[in-house]
Amino acid sequence: MKCNNEAVELMHKYLDGDITKEQEQTLSQHLESCDACQRHFHELKRTITFIQSAEQIKAPANFTATVMEKLPTEKKRIKYTRWFKAHPMLTAAAIFFVFMLSGMFSVWNQDSELVVSKQEDLVINGDTVIVPQDVTVDGDLLVKNGNLIINGTIDGNVTLINGKLIEEPIEGEGLMASVGEVNGELKHVDQVFEWIWYSIKQLFQSVFAL
Amino acid sequence: MDEMIRERIKQVKKGDQSAFEDVVSFFQNKIYQHCYRMLGNAHEAEDIAQEAFIRAYVNIHSFDDRRKFSTWLYRIATNLTIDRIRKRKPDHYLDAEVKGTEGLNMYSQLADNGRLPEEEVEGLELQRYIQQEIIQLPPKYRSIIMLRYIEEFSLQEISEILDIPLGTVKTRIHRGREALRKKLRHV
Ligand SMILES: [Zn+2]
Repeated sequence: MKCNNEAVELMHKYLDGDITKEQEQTLSQHLESCDACQRHFHELKRTITFIQSAEQIKAPANFTATVMEKLPTEKKRIKYTRWFKAHPMLTAAAIFFVFMLSGMFSVWNQDSELVVSKQEDLVINGDTVIVPQDVTVDGDLLVKNGNLIINGTIDGNVTLINGKLIEEPIEGEGLMASVGEVNGELKHVDQVFEWIWYSIKQLFQSVFAL
Repeated sequence: MDEMIRERIKQVKKGDQSAFEDVVSFFQNKIYQHCYRMLGNAHEAEDIAQEAFIRAYVNIHSFDDRRKFSTWLYRIATNLTIDRIRKRKPDHYLDAEVKGTEGLNMYSQLADNGRLPEEEVEGLELQRYIQQEIIQLPPKYRSIIMLRYIEEFSLQEISEILDIPLGTVKTRIHRGREALRKKLRHV
């Protein structure tokens, strides 16, 4: 048996647990009669012990915290929502085009009739909507293509589209001015673009209220 | 511990980022040590070890739960260290070797102060010496020697971590052991 090839090869097989019974016997018989191989084998085993005794190295104290800080922060779904909120103009522009495609302009142009969201207890005089003194409107009121006179109370928001709130008495019509109160927000929408913006804001509120 | 890690990985996959903290905390010393021995200096080791955890987190969905997480993590870390070694410029490499001895100086200073019993100092110096000898092995032998004898992976697992055939792992571990035997025989 040649020391450098066969015997050393068997030593490594032994160290890797790959040795057969017969090979193990061959090796131990050789080691008994060969000092050089015995030394070699001893040195190999000692080397492994040395490697295993190598100093344990510890990570820096703040390692885990640093890694956690560097991780990408949120899930994609949350990121998209954030993007919309961070870029309202771009989002508005995108929604604007969707509105355009859905023919919003034509709807706006064709539709010039007076529209009132609530009719009960309200007086309609031509293109003017009047909330009488003793009437309380429970909830939001929308008036489109008409003016509004509030003498009573509105418990909600008022939106005026293409119209105005009459605050000064109209000549020849007696005391026709708003002296009542609105317990909410009063919004004027007079222009096409404002109408679009109003629509977008409404859409946003419904999207992000989810 | 394996069960704890398995559970945490499941949570991370469901989107619970905080569950990853336990994973990092559990493996940080092992992965840092592995990177340190592969790269030979603390600065690069920290950089690459952090990168390994971040990559593991980002790619967590490509990890197959039926396999061992540690094998997968070591694979990421080892590949990153090998990439880093390849990208080094020759002069940078020399720098790194010098930086690798910073810790040694610290321990020598400790020894000078005489605060440690003599035997312990000798033990530390020996450990440092062994460390230096391991670091000077060529990377392809070094990685295998470390994975086998320090991280205690089986040869089959090492073949998976390094993505090389089992036969190659055996050839390299033989050569690595012989190279270290020659360096450490006189100790
Ligand atoms: Zn022999």
